[in-house]
Amino acid sequence: MAFLIVQALTGLASAASLFLIASGLSIIFGVTRIVNFAHGAFTMIGAYLAYSLTERLGGAFGFWFGLFAAAVAVAAIGAATEILLLRRIYKAPELFQLLATFGVTLMVQDLVILAWGPEDLLGRRAPGFTGAVMILGQRVPAYDLFLVAAGPVVLGALWLLFNRTRWGILVRAATQDRDMVAALGVDQKWLFTSVFALGVFLAGLGGALQIPREAVSHSMDLRVIVEVFVVVVIGGLGSVPGAFLAAVIVSEINAFGILIFPKISIVVVFLVMAVVLVVRPFGLFGRPEAARRTTPGATIRPWQPLGRAGRIAVAVLVSALAAAPAFAGPYLLSVGAEILLFVVFAASLQFLMSVGGLASFGHAAYFGLGSYGAALAVKWLGAPMEAAILAGPVLAGLGGILFGWFCVRLSGVYFAMLTLAFAQIAWSIAFQWVAVTGGDNGILGVWPTAWASKPAAFYWLSLMVATVSVAALRILAFSPFGYRLRAVRDSTLRAEAIGIDRLSTQWIAFAVAGAVAGLAGALYAFLKGNVFPDALAIPTSVDGLVMVLLGGLETVSGAAIGAVAFKALSIWLMSQTDYSKLVLGAIIVVLVVFLPKGLGGLADLVRPSGTGRNDASGSSPSEAAR
Amino acid sequence: MSVLSVADLDAWYGPAQILDHVALDLGRGEVVALLGRNGAGKSTTFRALVGLVPRRSGRIGFEGQEIGRMATHEIARLGLGFVPEDRRIFTDLTVEENLEVGRRPARAGLTPWTPERLYALFPNLGEMRRRPGGRMSGGEQQMLTIARTLMGNPSAVLLDEPSEGLAPRIVEDMAAAIVRLKQEGLSILVSEQNLHFARLISDRAYIIERGRIRFGGTMAELEARPDIRDAYLAV
Repeated sequence: MAFLIVQALTGLASAASLFLIASGLSIIFGVTRIVNFAHGAFTMIGAYLAYSLTERLGGAFGFWFGLFAAAVAVAAIGAATEILLLRRIYKAPELFQLLATFGVTLMVQDLVILAWGPEDLLGRRAPGFTGAVMILGQRVPAYDLFLVAAGPVVLGALWLLFNRTRWGILVRAATQDRDMVAALGVDQKWLFTSVFALGVFLAGLGGALQIPREAVSHSMDLRVIVEVFVVVVIGGLGSVPGAFLAAVIVSEINAFGILIFPKISIVVVFLVMAVVLVVRPFGLFGRPEAARRTTPGATIRPWQPLGRAGRIAVAVLVSALAAAPAFAGPYLLSVGAEILLFVVFAASLQFLMSVGGLASFGHAAYFGLGSYGAALAVKWLGAPMEAAILAGPVLAGLGGILFGWFCVRLSGVYFAMLTLAFAQIAWSIAFQWVAVTGGDNGILGVWPTAWASKPAAFYWLSLMVATVSVAALRILAFSPFGYRLRAVRDSTLRAEAIGIDRLSTQWIAFAVAGAVAGLAGALYAFLKGNVFPDALAIPTSVDGLVMVLLGGLETVSGAAIGAVAFKALSIWLMSQTDYSKLVLGAIIVVLVVFLPKGLGGLADLVRPSGTGRNDASGSSPSEAAR
Repeated sequence: MSVLSVADLDAWYGPAQILDHVALDLGRGEVVALLGRNGAGKSTTFRALVGLVPRRSGRIGFEGQEIGRMATHEIARLGLGFVPEDRRIFTDLTVEENLEVGRRPARAGLTPWTPERLYALFPNLGEMRRRPGGRMSGGEQQMLTIARTLMGNPSAVLLDEPSEGLAPRIVEDMAAAIVRLKQEGLSILVSEQNLHFARLISDRAYIIERGRIRFGGTMAELEARPDIRDAYLAV
């Protein structure tokens, strides 16, 4: 009994930081509608700065002042980010904001290593809280008790701020109706900046408060952001009390889950989240989001199937690519095959996003499931390549059916966050289920059959799969099913009124996209001869998003071009610099801000189109009709 | 002298042009009605005037300044208040808090509005200061929307269909309140479908149809033209 109470206290202590960080994310989202992917990065900067400041200053005052100063510094960095970057993209679709802040995250990862080096850093203990307190005969670190108290104190302070100050009242009003607040003479720009600074301050403080408890590492940003996403999804985006309750729930599950299911502790949290979402799709304290179209402007120029000239051009292009082995060496051919497989991956994501209007942040799950499906078939069943390649899309398709059932119940940012969370489940299974998947060591020796083992043969195989996949997805987009999917995307209400079932339509699209991604993953495993959990990790998902964005979100299969450009660039960058994340992050940010229509949008830059389609928030079609 | 003068105002939603060279004038201390059927462009005119449409062009003079390119909050700070038709009160906020959001410094030459003065104008609101906006009746919400805009001490107000969806008795209260505001020296541009309501409060009227101003004149002139009434207002 005593042990359980102590374990619960440990959970509550962990909840404090998690609550601070999550409430910051929630507050930012509430007002600016931006899901700040860089929130974990800001937490990490807070921890590093707190480490440096407390080491430099020393003493009790130096420690506490250092923590606070670190959080203030992070807030200043956040405000600068908001002014320089986010202000330019508030009116863009939410996907662009997620991507831009992910770009910032990537840059921060390399910058942190440049500034503090790659080793984990151990912070000093909190002066005055170094010892332990005996509770029911068990030792509890005094600092843990400090944190247990800190959580509710911050919750109370935030409540006062939002209910007893003019600033807080303005923020609550803006959370509900930004246009109306502007019409009452409030300058939203500075309201947004101050809200962002507060949210990021809380992230920095959450990171700083952790340094006496755990080592500061350059990988904490992604770990934090995933955990925080789970917290705000459970608690409800935009709700501070929801963030508090969910932080406690998640931390207690972690504290006890490790005792009961040591092997699958990560999975338990995600399962709880899935259950909450099915029962309350907008979290415990959240409220429904007004649905927004994710592909604005597509209605102006309707999509057309390829005409005669287009088909001939594609045939010429494929023939030219098929001739590559005549002059390219084995290295180039394997790079070519890799790029072609990512064309398949990107095309499957584009089908989901552009045709289906469902922006997935966890599409890597299905690529990775495909890889693991193929690799496991080889390793455990001794399957030949031909059969194993089929096992990939089957496993990925099943994953798509399972995860998709939950995901399509949500839309917009909730959909994006849930897909990300499911991808993390898949990743943690691959990572933790060592007996089957080999864990971090992956599965080795996944080699192709003799006929396909020559680089040229595998290249041709990849080219064929890429051509057929992209063509098939295009045909699907222009099939009756594709029309239904696009109808649901453009107006769920109208589509349902003419008898189209949104859920089943999007569910099928989700499974199809998953299976095609799995096909790419299966071939990828054979190309590399191995598979590691990285295949399912967040960066792979984001690579796919960047490819779609680069190719043009409003195109049917521009992602193919985006995949070629992006993959070639990143392979080249890897060979040129140690700081490829820094460069890549900067490229993503620049892309989102200056080229929101993808490479095809370059033409618009040369001759700016007269009609700016910066849809003012709140101008729904019904209002337009007036 | 006009407080607000509009010329060549165009507005678009995406590719669709909603307003076509709208021109109108609002004199100081005047109440002017903008009449038209549902979908004629009344709300879009108002939203364009305060910069809440995606794209607009034209000349909008307000208190001697050109506001056609200003941001919404700058226009509001100059003293042009906007009361939207869909009663966009902040439902999570109490009556007091809703008023607080609208509060701006006093304007020279006008008696500053305080919550107490507004509770005197709309007695219902005074009885529910701590009630969340979401738990009020339609009429109470409509009054709160107007009161909230008045907290900004505007010199002119755009009232978008204040009588819409209100019970007949509340409509009369609303008309009385608008006449009171006029006596306070406020200039008011009010959009209406309800000609009867417009008669109670207006000095002049414009008629808009399919995004264009089709008629402008005094109420007496409008009364003398049943053909125009039938063409643009009859349902």
